[in-house]
Amino acid sequence: MTNKKKLRVGWFSFSCCEDSTIIFTELLNDHYMQWKNYIEFAYFLPLQKKTSFQDIDLSFIEGAVTSEEQEKMVKKIRDCSQKVVAIGACAVSGMPSGQRNTFDEKTQKEIAPILLRFTYASMVKKIADVIRIDAVVPGCPMDENIFLKVINTYLSEFGIIKTG
Amino acid sequence: MHTFDLSVDEISKIEGKARLSVVVKDDVIEKVQFSITEFKRFYTQAIRGKDVAGVPQLTARICGTCSNAHLLCAIKAIENALQITPSDQTVLLRKLLNYGLIIRDHALHLYFFALPDIIGVDSLLDLDENNDEYHQILHDVFEIKSVGNALGKTIGGRSVHAPFVAVGGFTRLPDEEHCKKLIAELEALRPTVLRTITLFQKCTFALERKIKYVSLKSNDFNFLDGVMTMHDGSTLSDQEYSDYLTHVVIPHSHASGYTFQSDTYMVGALARLNNGKDTLHPTTKKDVKNVLSLFPSLNIYHNNLAQALEILHAVDSSLDILKTLTIAQEAPQAIIRKKSSGIGIIEAPRGILFYSLSIDETGKITTVRIVVPTGQNQIGIEKSIREYLTENLHKDKQTLIGEIEQIIRAYDPCMSCASHFLKVSWKKKHS
Repeated sequence: MTNKKKLRVGWFSFSCCEDSTIIFTELLNDHYMQWKNYIEFAYFLPLQKKTSFQDIDLSFIEGAVTSEEQEKMVKKIRDCSQKVVAIGACAVSGMPSGQRNTFDEKTQKEIAPILLRFTYASMVKKIADVIRIDAVVPGCPMDENIFLKVINTYLSEFGIIKTG
Repeated sequence: MHTFDLSVDEISKIEGKARLSVVVKDDVIEKVQFSITEFKRFYTQAIRGKDVAGVPQLTARICGTCSNAHLLCAIKAIENALQITPSDQTVLLRKLLNYGLIIRDHALHLYFFALPDIIGVDSLLDLDENNDEYHQILHDVFEIKSVGNALGKTIGGRSVHAPFVAVGGFTRLPDEEHCKKLIAELEALRPTVLRTITLFQKCTFALERKIKYVSLKSNDFNFLDGVMTMHDGSTLSDQEYSDYLTHVVIPHSHASGYTFQSDTYMVGALARLNNGKDTLHPTTKKDVKNVLSLFPSLNIYHNNLAQALEILHAVDSSLDILKTLTIAQEAPQAIIRKKSSGIGIIEAPRGILFYSLSIDETGKITTVRIVVPTGQNQIGIEKSIREYLTENLHKDKQTLIGEIEQIIRAYDPCMSCASHFLKVSWKKKHS
């Protein structure tokens, strides 16, 4: 069933290798013709220039939070989105992007000038350390089957598709 | 007289995050900054102390886009250090894995990042499928990516961070029947790829850059081995290449820049075609003879066309391997840990990827140097923007921003790769 209303999705990347974005672009190979009827992107910089924070139904966040600037952005996403899903290992667990949290004192001193120069936060955080999240898609990269279940759940929950 | 400033905080349709800042005063270009704004994840530090067996899968996480290139390059450096010779079967499977990456990754860049500029839309997702031309484009992009993805999955277990690829071989071998099924898909893909080549051949964008073009050149354009070759045909050893790379701190960028023999240079598909078009697959050469006559080219927009040609070469080369492939059950070669060092160089989708590792007697990494393609192209990107501006100051701001973004996209930069290292002091050791 199609419906005029589409799910407004935001797609955001922070500190990570963006593997979940790549997995999503591969999922488009099989699902684009279906999803174009159900989904519109409010924010998805790898695929479009136009951006909007207005009325976002569902935001996906990949990557860990490694600066105060990023932390503010994550909070803004939470404020603008009805639902927020953390995707991929870095967003869900903070690792491996957070590996500097585990460095010994000598290595911490080695990287300290860079942290200072570009205003890094003292510790890398997972998304749930910064905001409340509604669901997770774990995996490195994100598990595509779990992702499909999550997105179908929200398509149903927001009344975009009818199930049952 | 033109006075203005341009600023784009987040450039779209590229891999990762980058910023552009330009200041022009009375027709004088005072500032051109292409800044990679991805935060570092300090892989060079994180790798130290890790056992060689685990390093490739860790460094694959540097970049989701070209993760399998990092995987293969780290393995090459480790195998060179520990004098492990992969089996003939392993060599073929690695080539197939990499061809899958080339097909998938080039298609993503060409269609999702570069093509919207050419056809004048913001996003490929904006295309109306009821328009016949756009319907064909949408069909083509997903078909090419899908076959590249299937090749990666079949050989490596997944097209991103392929789990079965390891030092010494494969921890799990692909199913021979699944491999054979790919033959029909790849053969069916050839007309689609030829359409892609035509699409990018028609593009009239031009910006000529008289710089050095550097690439690995092998006798079958296989991306994974060969001799470091310059645009003038001269060659270098791996060590000479390493020695000629000069690290440049770019204060406004999180990523390291590089010069080569103290000059600006370019790596990537354009360099590969300029230096090695004669080594492309014979069927590819036959079918795109006229297009190949455009190379060698100084037009950096021909990097897009070169990528399209490489997709066809990857398809034809994969077919050759798959048609005669038999899978023998074999375990990965044993890793005998010893104090050693090794260099690995491959052609990742965006150009030369360089790993140099030192290993202690227990198999732990002691030092690592990783140089990625975008780091090598970063200075060239900035200089290309400056050169473009000198001829185009009369244009309005939105046009300038749009065309500068096109230049950046032509280089196909990958910020995830570029920004996640911290330069450490590196002393050349003489044996």
